[in-house]
Amino acid sequence: MSIVVENLTKKYGTQRAVDNISFEVKTGEVLGFLGPNGAGKTTTMKIITCFMAPSDGDIKVGGLSIHEHQDEIKKKIGYLPENNPLYYDMLVLDYLEFVANLQGVPKEKIQKRIAEMVVMTGLNVEKHKKIGELSKGYRQRVGLAQAMIHDPEILILDEPTTGLDPNQIVEIRKLIKELGKEKTVVLSTHILPEVEATCDRIMIINNGKIVADGTSDMLRKQAQGQEILRVQISEAGDRDSVISSLSGLESVALVDPVEDNNNTFIINSNENLSSRKPIFNLCVLNNWVLTEMTPIETKLEDIFRELTTN
Amino acid sequence: MNSIWVITKRELSSFFDSLTAYILLTVFLGLSGFFTWLYGSDIFFIGQATLQPFFSIAMWTLFFFIPALTMRMLAEEKRSGTIELLLTKSVNDWQVILGKFSACLALIAIALLLTLPYYITLSFIGPVDHGAVWTGYFGMLLMSMAYISIGLFASSITNNQIVAFLLALFVSVFFLIIFDVLAGNFTGSMGQFFNFLSISTHYESISRGVIDSKDLIYFLSISFFGLMLAETSLSKRNIVE
Repeated sequence: MSIVVENLTKKYGTQRAVDNISFEVKTGEVLGFLGPNGAGKTTTMKIITCFMAPSDGDIKVGGLSIHEHQDEIKKKIGYLPENNPLYYDMLVLDYLEFVANLQGVPKEKIQKRIAEMVVMTGLNVEKHKKIGELSKGYRQRVGLAQAMIHDPEILILDEPTTGLDPNQIVEIRKLIKELGKEKTVVLSTHILPEVEATCDRIMIINNGKIVADGTSDMLRKQAQGQEILRVQISEAGDRDSVISSLSGLESVALVDPVEDNNNTFIINSNENLSSRKPIFNLCVLNNWVLTEMTPIETKLEDIFRELTTN
Repeated sequence: MNSIWVITKRELSSFFDSLTAYILLTVFLGLSGFFTWLYGSDIFFIGQATLQPFFSIAMWTLFFFIPALTMRMLAEEKRSGTIELLLTKSVNDWQVILGKFSACLALIAIALLLTLPYYITLSFIGPVDHGAVWTGYFGMLLMSMAYISIGLFASSITNNQIVAFLLALFVSVFFLIIFDVLAGNFTGSMGQFFNFLSISTHYESISRGVIDSKDLIYFLSISFFGLMLAETSLSKRNIVE
């Protein structure tokens, strides 16, 4: 089931929390929303889940507009809100049953679904407790369980791994990846490695606008523009001659020797060209021993910082 | 319809899971029993087999208890954010409000049901006007509906339970006392107007055994307007936050 966002705008007073954004999420895609606090991620999610109406624009979920078919859309979406609000005075099992009833899960299937969810999210030990008695990590699991109880085709998860310990984070990421094979998942997070680990596609939002959209590789390339290699060559003799022959290569833009290591160079390539092959050939030609060639990647953190600070 | 029932059931069980329901029932029965049978212008003082003393004291106990029930309903959900969880399920604003409304009404109905022994006792003491008793109960339910919707409205415009409670009392006190006092101070059409707005006018005529469409329309329209305002203010999240 796809989500199509068309010219979405949301104003709070005069402030535009979401400013005329359009994008599409395809079936089976895991989309990661990135952005600083107050960028408009949560607002967008609240509009997709029909909690708020947009000031302008439209969202079509599976071809149905949020302006007309709210009930059907809500049934197809599983939503984990930010901060994971829950009824603390309810028992875990009662709460899951309540949500299943609201979401229209057929009566005879409810107990089965609850049992599946309890296993899937690892709530078995805690299932007879009140939600208020659970630790934060377990509450987060209850939040995930209630989002998935009606087996929705779309999952909207607002910061799904906050409050979990590292083991649980790995589990939940695995779960999201697993779910993402058949379902459409939109998740937001501040944790950058998390997007890389779980998402097919990354979208960075700043001040209500989309500033980047693509796979993590695409974003890197876009931000970097050119290939950067760290190359170590031994048994090459004179350093300056090595530098001059390297600079002579057609694809190489800049050779920068690393100060404290005689044999190591940072090589910037010209745009859209790769110098890996030419460097290797050059080494073979001169009988140099190539001991290291590592592409230096721009970190997602750097991309994020570059795009969202202005 | 089904969603309304699901919400009603949850709200009711949350009354009974916490102490709310038990405290309310105990204090309601205690107070109304005390003033009906033991103290002040009680049944023995009047010397008639009538539930009139009970009905007039219940008017006041409900006036305080219903805001205490409703203050939590929307204000707390908004404060803790669970309203977002609820409204992104397959329910709309009206279903949420009606579900909460009927949960409160059901609890009041249970409280009233528990006072039926008063009626039974009374029927042993002397000849009771059965019609007046039943319409009295009916009037009490109608009045509760009006109070509940005022309470829900108060709860819908704030995140703070205490504010919701006081606001509900503030609005209700107009209907219960102030319009009545104003009706006494004005003459002519102005006086009639305030007289019509006063709850006690309508409640008294019902608890005497007369069900007039005027009274029905009065209580039902207060309930309707209260709920409508609550729904409007709940859906305000669309405009500002």
